[in-house]
Amino acid sequence: MYRSNVLVCGGTGCTSSNSLQIVEKLKEELKAKGLDKEVNVITTGCFGLCALGPIMVVYPEGSFYSMVKVEDVPEIVEEHLNKGRIVTRLLYQETVEEDTIKSLNKTAFYEKQKRVALRNCGVIDPEKIDDYIANDGYAALGKVLTEMKPEEVIQTILDSGLRGRGGAGFPTGLKWKFAAGNEADQKYVCCNADEGDPGAFMDRSVLEGDPHVVLEAMAIAGYAIGASKGYIYVRAEYPIAVKRLQIAIDQAHEYGLLGEDIFGTGFNFDIQLRLGAGAFVCGEETALMTSIEGKRGEPRPRPPFPAVKGLYKKPTILNNVETYANIPQIILNGADWFASMGTENSKGTKVFALGGKINHTGLVEVPMGTTLREIVEEIGGGIPNGKKFKAAQTGGPSGGCIPAEHLDVPIDYDNLIAIGSMMGSGGLIVMDEDNCMVDIAKFFLEFTVDESCGKCTPCRLGTKRLLEMLDKITKGQGTLEMLDEMEELCYYIKSNSLCGLGQTAPNPVLSTLRYFKDEYIAHVVDHKCPAGVCKELLEFNIEKDKCFGCGMCAKQCPAGAISVTDYTAPGKKKPAYEIDHAKCIKCGACIDTCKFKAIYKG
Amino acid sequence: MQKKISSLPFQGTPEQEAQLKEVILKHKDDPGAVMPVLQEAQEIYGYLPLEVQTMIADGLNVPVDEVYGVSTFYSQFALSPKGKYHISVCLGTACYVKGSGDVLNKLSEELGIEAEECTMDGQFSLTACRCIGACGLAPVMTVNDDVYGRLTVDQVPGILKKYQEA
Repeated sequence: MYRSNVLVCGGTGCTSSNSLQIVEKLKEELKAKGLDKEVNVITTGCFGLCALGPIMVVYPEGSFYSMVKVEDVPEIVEEHLNKGRIVTRLLYQETVEEDTIKSLNKTAFYEKQKRVALRNCGVIDPEKIDDYIANDGYAALGKVLTEMKPEEVIQTILDSGLRGRGGAGFPTGLKWKFAAGNEADQKYVCCNADEGDPGAFMDRSVLEGDPHVVLEAMAIAGYAIGASKGYIYVRAEYPIAVKRLQIAIDQAHEYGLLGEDIFGTGFNFDIQLRLGAGAFVCGEETALMTSIEGKRGEPRPRPPFPAVKGLYKKPTILNNVETYANIPQIILNGADWFASMGTENSKGTKVFALGGKINHTGLVEVPMGTTLREIVEEIGGGIPNGKKFKAAQTGGPSGGCIPAEHLDVPIDYDNLIAIGSMMGSGGLIVMDEDNCMVDIAKFFLEFTVDESCGKCTPCRLGTKRLLEMLDKITKGQGTLEMLDEMEELCYYIKSNSLCGLGQTAPNPVLSTLRYFKDEYIAHVVDHKCPAGVCKELLEFNIEKDKCFGCGMCAKQCPAGAISVTDYTAPGKKKPAYEIDHAKCIKCGACIDTCKFKAIYKG
Repeated sequence: MQKKISSLPFQGTPEQEAQLKEVILKHKDDPGAVMPVLQEAQEIYGYLPLEVQTMIADGLNVPVDEVYGVSTFYSQFALSPKGKYHISVCLGTACYVKGSGDVLNKLSEELGIEAEECTMDGQFSLTACRCIGACGLAPVMTVNDDVYGRLTVDQVPGILKKYQEA
């Protein structure tokens, strides 16, 4: 028994800011003080509040230390762990109340959250199977194998209303039912951990923080559809996740929870890792399976659907990491429990990766039906630097931008599609008034042009043509007719592309055209970029009446574009400067140097 | 992303070749062996010269075009060598809206190379990468295994200097 437990986040965000050195220093200090038998140090998965990393929580007090530095460790050990005096200076300030500290679950960031898929993240040591088992781990697999028939498992998942968390939202139980109904000598269970949406990292956090939940759920799926083999297709760019998954697989084998004759029931199930090598299209199910086979990850037409002919032409199911993370809880607590959360057609919770211009970047899990306003303003803590909310981008390169007028829409699969975006895997990037929506649309198109596999023409050429038009618009060479042409091309690409990548690639353009048409018009008619992002449309000017004539800007200018005039503003001693637009390279160095804020762009 | 194929002569050693042969032997009978072998070959050589791809094709008994097709399809596979210090700037959405594009431009300006290139002295190579999932620290770049988060353009010269002097 330990009298104190110190949890340190070992997720990617926190380890990138040295949390593992903090763990080492902690162990070293505790040992030096002879406290290593009394205080336990645990490296956990992601707590979600990545903006405040590295994070350290000390139990039983529940003290939440944020932005901890290696240098802070001796003080925490001596004061808190040795003498029992919490170092309030280093706590997350929202948890500090006059003479006491507030529980983490009562802070704005955590209070509205409901953690199902993330329930073990930041709680257990992901490299210890005993931690997982102690928190009901593998109990669902035991229940399924010893008390339920495969049909009952599928019925439970169907009744729960769980829909795929990877993007399209297809009912999970239905997928399983189709695969179960097809006879074959071999079937496969696959897990899509190729989280390619830029800005989404919930799957990574589950794999890093609770890898066993995925293994358990895949074994349950294997039992339900009659498969004995599973593959996890995980991004090679997630080294911590890969390492912990491999540890988890080895431990599960050692405990007899994977392999032959699991729980003595005669059920066999084995899981292999396959590393993805960086191709966004491999998030598409048929492309992912082709990639597991070791080939170029190109999609193929459906039907036949994977439930009939999938991996190695055998019946296969493919689910996303977050989908799997819900399964054991549904089995243990029942379909009704799960279906009691969420909206009519979208049950349960959803994890969002909050990023961009928001105070609390990190991972949040909320019941379906929570409004965007609650997520952005309450949980996310609003926009930094007093800027105004402009749009939230969901669904990554397949999704759209949601403007302020729709902040109060309850988020679920169907509502997001109705307002021109989609759930996607759950990336949620907040943008403020400094982001140009035409530039954002161009950014996503650059991504899809890069990632289009090239197999079908509408996607390969269509996205390229779209990007060319967007490029012209951001350079002030667009026309109003071009906007109409773009829209027409968007619908053409959507209806004619082979796979989900092409069918959704135009969404960023369509949604920005729908909600931010005035910005497009400002670019093509007035040749201005209202957000001040598109360089070719910017002009830098000096407000002569504010200029003190110090000449700092002229010294900084790398292009020699700034020179002195013969105009001296009233009340100033030296003549003002001006910018020669023909020479200006729009680097912005002058704005940064001017102490009097006399230079503006627009 | 357009792959840059290296024009440098192949400089593999017999030790590397022996390691590669071992890898090929280990995976020879696995279905779908091309990708895992390419991944391990890249660990051995640092990149995938055409000579290595030919050896893999011969070893696994698959056409070389299939190997080449896979190596050019996935962004993880490099066809040209990396510098001693390999810099990746994340251009995922969260980083991009927080200005990682400016960080990339600054690096490019300071090093005198474009993204996907290597400096003449072989010290630095630069690449724009996809989301590395550290969105909480945006904008982010990595130099080999070191991660730099919450970056500003002004920090770039200082960070480079650290490696130039190392």
